[in-house]
Order: sequence, then structure tokens, then C-alpha cells
Amino acid sequence: MAQLTDLEYLKLNKAQRFGLKFTAFFKAIPGWFKNLGIKIWTFMKNFFWGVVNFFKNLGLTFWHGDWKTKVSYFVMGFGSVMRGQWLRGILFFLFEVVFILYMVLFGGKFLGQLYILGQNESSMGDDGTIKYGDNSFDILLYGVLSLFFIVALIYTWYLNVKQNKIGEDYVKAKKQLATAKDDVRALVDKDFYKTLLALPTLGILIFTVLPIFFMILVAFTNYDKSHFPPQNLFGWVGFDNFGLLFQWSNSEGASFSMTFGQILLWTLVWAFFATFTNYFLGMLVAMLINKKGIKLKKLWRTVLVFSIAIPQFISILFVSNMFQYPDGIINGILSTLSGGKLLIDFWGNAWIARITVIVINVWIGVPYLMLVVTGILMNIPADLYESANIDGASPWQQYSKITLPYMLFITGPYLLTSFTGNMNNFNVIYLLTGGGPKVQEYYGNAGKTDLLITWLFSLAVNDTNYKLAAVIGIMVFIVVAVLSLVIYNIIPSTRNEEEFQ
Amino acid sequence: MAAEKHSMSMSKKKTIVNTVSYIVLGLISVIWILPFVFLLLKSFDIGNTGVTKNFIPSAWGFDNYAYLFSSDCNFLQWYFNTFIIALFVCVIQTVMQFMMAYTLSRFRFKLRKPLMNIMLVLGMFPGFLTMIVLYQILKTIGLTGDNAVPGLILVYVASSGMGYYVIKGFLDTLPKSLDEAALVDGANRMQIFIKVIIPLCKPILIYTVLTSFMGPWGDFVFAYTVSLGSQAGMNVAAGLNSWLSPANIGSHFTHFCAGGVIVAIPVMILFLFLQKYYVEGVTGGAVKG
Repeated sequence: MAQLTDLEYLKLNKAQRFGLKFTAFFKAIPGWFKNLGIKIWTFMKNFFWGVVNFFKNLGLTFWHGDWKTKVSYFVMGFGSVMRGQWLRGILFFLFEVVFILYMVLFGGKFLGQLYILGQNESSMGDDGTIKYGDNSFDILLYGVLSLFFIVALIYTWYLNVKQNKIGEDYVKAKKQLATAKDDVRALVDKDFYKTLLALPTLGILIFTVLPIFFMILVAFTNYDKSHFPPQNLFGWVGFDNFGLLFQWSNSEGASFSMTFGQILLWTLVWAFFATFTNYFLGMLVAMLINKKGIKLKKLWRTVLVFSIAIPQFISILFVSNMFQYPDGIINGILSTLSGGKLLIDFWGNAWIARITVIVINVWIGVPYLMLVVTGILMNIPADLYESANIDGASPWQQYSKITLPYMLFITGPYLLTSFTGNMNNFNVIYLLTGGGPKVQEYYGNAGKTDLLITWLFSLAVNDTNYKLAAVIGIMVFIVVAVLSLVIYNIIPSTRNEEEFQ
Repeated sequence: MAAEKHSMSMSKKKTIVNTVSYIVLGLISVIWILPFVFLLLKSFDIGNTGVTKNFIPSAWGFDNYAYLFSSDCNFLQWYFNTFIIALFVCVIQTVMQFMMAYTLSRFRFKLRKPLMNIMLVLGMFPGFLTMIVLYQILKTIGLTGDNAVPGLILVYVASSGMGYYVIKGFLDTLPKSLDEAALVDGANRMQIFIKVIIPLCKPILIYTVLTSFMGPWGDFVFAYTVSLGSQAGMNVAAGLNSWLSPANIGSHFTHFCAGGVIVAIPVMILFLFLQKYYVEGVTGGAVKG
């Protein structure tokens, strides 16, 4: 099909335009794969040559280097100190010393057992005391930590070699090397970002990256109630836990795969409704408050903001108990109104519970959305509405042709993050229903309103079934990542960050 | 004449629309306020300490509040713990997030994009996944149980650099010419950060302090896990939550309500005073995020 001009395109009716887009979409698919292939190929090629060059440079530097450089390959920082850059040199050397001490005194023994996660079981001695053997948890945790350390050492070592090369070249060219004073000065000026980043990244490394690595690895072990250190060992089981996800028939009771599928489905349904009910109702409330001629705008807004100010665990827990059966306030009101006939078991029936959760979530989320939307509504150019008024557009037309497209464009990324945020909305579900009503046909004491994240939590905390909790965590990550990637490429409002400056 | 009639009907229509709007707004306000009124009423109920059908107390009194401050319960200890945690967290977290945001907004270095992407990917992992490990790490350095307060502070602030988005969004809107002018005047980057950028960040600074101060008041899962049920190390949320367990709810529900009121009041006052900044932060974050 030849490329249509704009005019030709505008002449088409809606069905034809849709058909055109539809075919264009499928026609583009081979192109995507081709691009993807090319990207992967270039990446592999660059990566390969990068590695080759890396080792070539290392070798050449060693071969052509003077004795100071050669010693630096083994005693880090030696060359730097000898050339007068004593601050860097001492830091390099200190790092090497710390590394060696750590490996010899602590990390080495864990690293050595990482492949098997411990061999000596704990045993009960004759006198009734427990003699602890290897602790698989410690081995895995500190083994991973040691691996981190090794990566850090290799990187630092590489920096050290690079510094030597630079130092040598400078000396040859009779240029002045940066002294310790220069180094310090750079850290508050040119390299100030290094100073600023040191602490936050170190925190993230130890308290986020390390634990996540650990838990990903746990998904490949049999770490659960019956393999619980320090009493028992746990070990590697490969992809067995992930295999459970695809094992449809299970003779003994509830199957993991079925439960996972159902909970994933409900998680997505919940995230969809929670996001869009809040979005549209929040927008409605914001427009109502901002309407011309409405007085006391500040009062209405404050009333809603009031509910954000109260910590969620208080408000949600109280509301959860308001809906209690048969003694909650809501049932009290219902029975008074109906003369004692109507009582609703809000948390006992799967569908009623699910709907109630979504409705209460509106109560929780709308004030927040109202704030977000108000700010954006005020930015819509007023003359758009004026000209629409002159042209005789109805309020609905104004909304659907001006307000909504503008809002969707601006808040596209926000909608995406709030969708994924709702998938992981632990507080609302856990505090309202605790995942209930619990049902027998679900694995691991899961309930009908459980999200993946609350299920993960109860598996980990109540059943100490860490291996499956880890599997669920990884699956949540995959779902969120894929969704984000796909949606982010579709929505138009992903902007260039440099645009602002 | 006709035009006058037309405008009459227009204004009539307007009045009707406005009346309906006011009714809807009034209804909304009632729905949003009512649960808190119930909470307040229930906290004065001394007739029945459990969950009841009636929101009007059968007997009124301050017994529930008196209980909170009596030696029978550890509410004051929890309250104090939470306050200390919130205080430390709001200072350290704000500093960490500013450091991260300023770097990513103003410096261009080789690892910048990879760093941002890594943090984005890390953020996609569910938070509780790492709880088991963090607990174990804290246990190793002896910061669980009775010593949970410093342990909780450590965990709350350690990874807080990842929440830099809102601040960076704000910093990105500050013109770069400010930095360049200061650079020409001979300031170094640290001086620019402290003397030029920070003073311009007042709104977002207040927003960050406010949100990070409020965070610890609401966390109960991690606080409960780390404190291991030790009264000395628990925070308010974990403590109050423990009163709602099936075994305790019959005798402690009104105490929970009273405790909730006491917790909510200072946070609420702070919030209502700084509402303006909160709104700015929320809208800014959503648009640029």
C-alpha cells in the first residue's frame, strides 16, 4: 500500500482509518523484530570487542609499563604513591587490604560453600544441646556479599591500572599530575557528584540490591518451613519452584499454579478498577470543585485533604471494622433502616468483598487524585473552552474533546505508575480484608481478595514458605516490568527530560 | 424582551446546576468526614470496648484515653519511638534524596543513565520481597527486638535515594543559568548546591520533609517484624494494630480508636498547615514523574 497523504487519510471514514492502522500495526511487526535483532547483534559485537580490548589494554599496559606500574598490578596504589598521588594510592591500597582481610577472615568460607549451601546438618548432642552445623542462610547471604566485593575489587583494580597508565603518560609528557590537594578539591567541585552519590548508592547497594539478589537466588532453592536454618539446611533445586507454576494437576489439594493464575487475574482486575475509578471520580470531584460559581472551594478541598492527613492504617482499619458482620456500624445502620431484615456480610462473600474493596478504595484514593487533577486542570488554556462555548459545544463535548484528551496526555505516565502501584497496593487489601475470604481451593491459605503482594507476604510470614514467596516476587516484577515497557512505548507523553532546562 | 427572558432562563438553569453541585459536594464531604466522626465518637465509648453496631456511645467518658496514658499499656513508649523514628527519618531521608536528585539533575556523567535505569528496575520489585533479608541483616548487627528503633531508622533511610523523582522534577525546572552564573563568580559545585540551589527549593523541601515525616507513622508491617513483638521497640502503628487481633479486639477496639485520634491529631495539624506545599509537590510529581 502506498503511503497516504494527510488529505487522503482525512477523506477516509472511521472504519477505513481503523483498518489502515490495524494493517499498519501488523506490517510493522517484522520491522520490530529486525530492529531488535540488529540491536542485539550490535550489542553482542560491541560487548565482545569491549572485552577483547579490555584485556589487550591490560596486557599492553603491563608490558610497556615501568616497574612501578608492574608492581601496582599486585600491590594496588603502589604506582600512584610513588608518583606523588599518595591519597589515591593509599585508598587503593586500603581497599585491597580490607578485601583480603574480609575474604580470609570472613567471606572466604561462605563463598567456598556457595555452590552447595552447606553440608553439615545440625545435630542433637547426647546431652540434649543442639550442635549447629552449617547455616545455609548465612552462606547464601555472605556468599552473595562476597561476590559483590569481588566485583568491586575487580573494578577498583581496573581503575588502579588505569591511573598508573595515566600517571606514566603524564610523567613522560612532563605534565603535572593531580596532587592529593587537587583530588580533594575535585571532590567538592568537578567530581562533586561522586561525593554526593557515595552514601545513597552504598545504602541502595546493601539494603536493596543485595537483598533482591538474595531473594532471586532463594527462588532457586528449597528454603521453606522444613528447610529452615539453622536447624536444617536448604539447597539448590534449579527451576523446580518455577515448574510448580506450570503444573496444572495436583492430586493433593489446592494447586499452586491454579491459585497463582486466579490471584494474578484478580490483581490485574483490581489494579484496573482501582486506577480508573479513582482517576475518573477524582477528576469529576476536581471539576466540580473548580467549577465557576462554586463558592468555598478551599473548604471542599480541605475536607478531602483531611482524609489524606490521617495515617492510612488508622482510617483503613477503622473502616474495615465499620463493615464488620454482623456488628459493624454499617450493618447497624442497615438493620435500623430495614427493620432488622437486611444485614450484609461484606467480608464473607468473595464478590461482595471484592466490590466493597474497590468502593472503599475510591474513598481512600479520590482526595489524592483530586489534588493531582486540580493542578493540571488549571493549566488547560481557558481560551480553548471559550471558543468551544462560542461554537456551541455542550459540556459533555467540551469534556470529551478538550479536558479528557489533555488530561490523558499529561497524566499518561502517572496512570501507568498508579496502575503498577495498585498492583502492589498492600495497605488497602491487607488492612481491609487481610486477603479474605479465605478459601480451601486456594493454595497456601490465600483468599479471594488477596493480591500477589499480600499473598507473598502471608506465604513468607505465616507459612515461612520463602521459596514460593520469592517466586511470586519475581513474577510480580516480570508482570510490572513488561506492562511498563509496553505501555511506556505506547503512550505519547513520555517526554525528553532535557526539555525543561 | 426576548433576550432578557433568555438570560432569565439561563440564570435559572445556572442556579439549579449550582444547587445540585452544592448538594453533591455536601454529600461528598459527609461521606469523607463521617468515618472520622465515628472514630472520634467510638473513642469516647466506655459502654462497650468492642466493635458495635451503634456509633453513638452507650456511655460517654474519657476512660479510653486515660488507659492510653496509664501504666497498663505501652502507648506512650510506642508514641515516643515513632516520633524519634520520624524525626530522624525526615532529616536523613530528605538529605539523601536531595543529594541523589541534585546529582542526577545537574551533573552529566557516564554512569548517569545506567544508574537511573537500575533504580527504575529495582523499584519494580515488590518491597516486601526483601524484608526477610533485611530482618536478618539487622539481627546480625543487633538492631532488632528492643533495639528496633535505630534498626528501623536505618532501613527506612538506607534506600531512600531511590525516591528522588519528585525533587529531581523540581530541580529540572530551575534554570541551569543560575549554576553557570555562580560558577563564573567562582563558586565551586558544593557551594552552588548549598548556597544557590537549596534556598530555591523551599516548597519541595517542605514537601519532602512532610511526607518523610509522615511515612514512619503508618508503617506497621516492617515495624512489627523488626520489633519482634517487643514493646520497647514497637512503633505506634504496629502496637495499635496488635490491639485488633481477634483475641484483643473485643477488649481493645475503643482503645485503638482513642490511640488513633491521638496519633492523627499532630500529623493532621502539621499537614493542614503545610497543605499548600503538599499540593504543590503532589501535582508537580504527577506531571513530571
